[in-house]
Formats: sequence, structure tokens, C-alpha cells
Amino acid sequence: MKPENDKKKACHTLSRRSVLKGGLLGLASLAIPVGSADASIWEAFFQKHFREMNENEIAAVIKRLEKEYADKFKTQFRIKTSKSLPGTLFGYGLDLSRCIGCRRCVYACVRENNQSRDPQIHWITVLRFKKGEKWVNDLEASQKYYFPEAVPEDGHFYMPVQCQQCENPPCVRACPTQATWKDPDGIVVIDYNWCIGCRYCMAACPYGARKFNWGKPRISQKELNTETHYLGNRPRYIGVVEKCTFCVQRVRENPGKYPACVEICPVGARKFGNLLDPKSEIRYIIDHKRVFRLKEDLNTNPKFYYFFAT
Amino acid sequence: MRIVFSFLLLLLLLIFPGSAARSQDDDIPKKFFVPPPPFSEGIFPCSQCHAGMPANPKRRALSMHSEISEGFNHAKEQRWCLDCHNPDNRDKLRLASGRTISFEESYYLCGQCHGTTFRDWRFGVHGRRTGQWNGKKEYRLCVHCHNPHQPRFKPLQPLPPPEQPGDIKYKELSADQIPLNPLGDIK
Repeated sequence: MKPENDKKKACHTLSRRSVLKGGLLGLASLAIPVGSADASIWEAFFQKHFREMNENEIAAVIKRLEKEYADKFKTQFRIKTSKSLPGTLFGYGLDLSRCIGCRRCVYACVRENNQSRDPQIHWITVLRFKKGEKWVNDLEASQKYYFPEAVPEDGHFYMPVQCQQCENPPCVRACPTQATWKDPDGIVVIDYNWCIGCRYCMAACPYGARKFNWGKPRISQKELNTETHYLGNRPRYIGVVEKCTFCVQRVRENPGKYPACVEICPVGARKFGNLLDPKSEIRYIIDHKRVFRLKEDLNTNPKFYYFFAT
Repeated sequence: MRIVFSFLLLLLLLIFPGSAARSQDDDIPKKFFVPPPPFSEGIFPCSQCHAGMPANPKRRALSMHSEISEGFNHAKEQRWCLDCHNPDNRDKLRLASGRTISFEESYYLCGQCHGTTFRDWRFGVHGRRTGQWNGKKEYRLCVHCHNPHQPRFKPLQPLPPPEQPGDIKYKELSADQIPLNPLGDIK
């Protein structure tokens, strides 16, 4: 036979249809889950955006995650997906004339919100300033590693900084996957299953409020908080961004508790409430005290009000 | 004329019933949970010892309650025991008006001088806040945080600072080597 015929014959045996068939079958075989764990990986991969899922789809995701966490942490987690309460817009007040810089809030937050203990993640940073020196417009002069025997120290004052829950959040606009957004009650939340870890939001945030899981988050088994919210304190993954959510798992209830940092503060410097309720503590503060918001000139419109009660 | 006047007054009261009856105490958080006063163990009721004991208003070093008279630092030039404690019934406190109140209502006593702080406290803006932001708010008495005999807030030991960037290193850790929260059991 001539070589041309040979070539023709080969083309016939490997038809376009058989190539497509074989290829598709091959791809399909890749998709067939071997065990249930693999199935959850595929489900996670094809999970829809949180705000585009219906109730059944959300319930399926929660079921999958609860199983995933139970396998991983050997404890049963409860993951809530409670939506914003109608008629609420959360606001926070922090009394700078009372704060003594004791960092109870930092670690109460860690306890409540399942932050990684090693590598260490803190959602609250307490800044110390020297009295009489530049401060509000120049946070560079602050010290966050202070560790004296006792606080408050003479000649210093303290300013804790955490997510300011901006009404105009620059982090949300920076996110390429819409993994972070502002909910109707004003809380800026993150879907850890949609975060791709690009850290654009961290670059966009003028308050340094967002933290990144550079390593696999590690928490001692006995310190896990198993009462969680999907958009809040559920355990995170390596390579995702996290931040303060005003304790969404505590406050988005009727009746709802105060955020953990409010409850722990021994001097009562931290206040919390509904900005739309004229009788709330936060409205009383805005009406009667001298308040300011951090870096107001950036037009981020924070809902975190620093104030001076005395 | 008098009848017309009283009728008008009655009409006014009917239209604005709140304005006449409203007192400053309306906003006192009586409906909220206040934990009982932080008495030292076995000290209350005071009448256990003081019943039948004559009241002595003289400023002096006390033999019983020496820790109070020694550390007393609350406008000490102007004040001594019986300016707040009721001499006739020691289980009560006495306001400047002569009205006696129970230890559970001691905020009235503090509010006599610290009016602005009292006002802030009533609105939930002074003092530690627990409970529910849209439900039952828990109020503490002034004396839960401030010792009434030396009210200045005591300095506290701070919890550790965050790790410095230079100290952040990857460590192999077994489950029981993961660092614990330094907060411990602090509530």
C-alpha cells in the first residue's frame, strides 16, 4: 500500500465523533467522585455566590460545611445564615476618654470569632499615642506593641481600631470576585468560600482592618467557638481574608447580644446599637457627645464613632 | 371665672397628660436586671452589729472597718460615714434630702453629686454594657466597678501585644502546642 492510503485509513478509524466521545467520557471520569469527600470538593468548587443561592441551596452548603468542620475539628459546629433584621443599621461607639488600653477586647474577639492562634490574627489593634503629639491624621506615630506592667500609663492614651463598617466601603469595590459586600444592616461581610486571597481589599482599606490567613489557621480544640455564622466566625481557610463583623453571629438576632468586645470592656468604653432607633445608646452618643470618625476625609463614611464622654 | 379657669386647666391636663405626671425617674432602668450589691461576705445586714449601737459622727480611725477608714479617698475632706450611711437604720443609705434608699438603689446616692455621669448611665452610655442590644439590657450599680470608699478605677495589667513581624515564623505544632488565648477565663 501507498503511504497516502495508510494515512487515510488511520483518519477513518479515529473519527471526529469517537474523539469527542472518548474525550468527554475521559473528562466525565475525572469528575466522578471517588469518595464522599471528593464530592464535597466538587460541590464547593461549583458553589454559587451566596446572594444568588435560594434557601435550599444555602441549606445544602451549610450541611456540607457542618460535615466538613465535624470531620476536621471533631466537634459539631452550628452555622447560622441569619439575614439582616429589618430596620437595623448597626453603629458602634468607642469612648476614648475611658479606654485604658488593656487589650481585653482584642482577646475576647479572638475567643468569640475563632481567629487563628498561630499564625496569630487579631481583628482589633489597640494604638497608643503620646499625649500632645500628632495622632488622628498620623497613625504612624502610634505604638501597638506597648506592654507595661499596668495600664493606663501616664502621658499616653489609647485608640483601638477595627473594621469601621463603612457605608461607602472601599474594600467592597476592590474585590474582583464580589466575595465581600455590605449587607442591609450595614455590616461588611466576607464569604470565605468565594475569597480568592488576592488581598486587593486589604490594600484598599485605609484602616488596616482586614487580616490575611498566610498560614493554615490553627486553634486549640478546646478553644473553638462552635456557635457560628456563615459570614462571620466560622473557621477560615488558608489564603482568605477576614475582619471584624460586629459579631454578626451575636447581633443579628432578636433579641441579640452585644458584640464580644462590648461585653468584655472593663471600663465600659465600648457602645453598640441601632442607628435607626432614636432611643439607642449610639444615637444618644451622637446627639449628646463630641464624636468623630477616623479618616473622615476619605469619604468612607464609617459607622464606628469615637467619642469623648468627659 | 374660677370655673372656666379650672375647666381650661383640666382640658390642658387631658391633652398633655404626660407633662404633668412625668418625673425625672421615668427613665431609671428599673425594669432591667441589676446584679445585687457587691457586699463583702457576711457584712450585710449592717444591723447585725449596729442595731442599738449609738451613731458616732466623729471623724476618727475606725477599729472595725479599718480598711475603709484607712483607704478612704472619696472627697475625704468633705465627707464621713454618716453623710451617706443612714444613722437611724444602717441597712439603708440616706440621700441629702433625708430620704432613705436601699443598697440596691445606691445609684441615686451617687447621682446626687455625679449628675452628668448618672444621666449617661441611665441612657446606657456610662458603664459596662452586657445583655441584649434590642432586648434586656443589663445594668450594673456604680459600686460594681467603683469602690465607693476609693472610687478611682484601679490600673490593670494589659494582655500581651501582637506578635512583631520579625518574630513571625512557621512552626510545626502538635495539637497541644497551639498557643492558648491569654484571656483565659476573664469574663
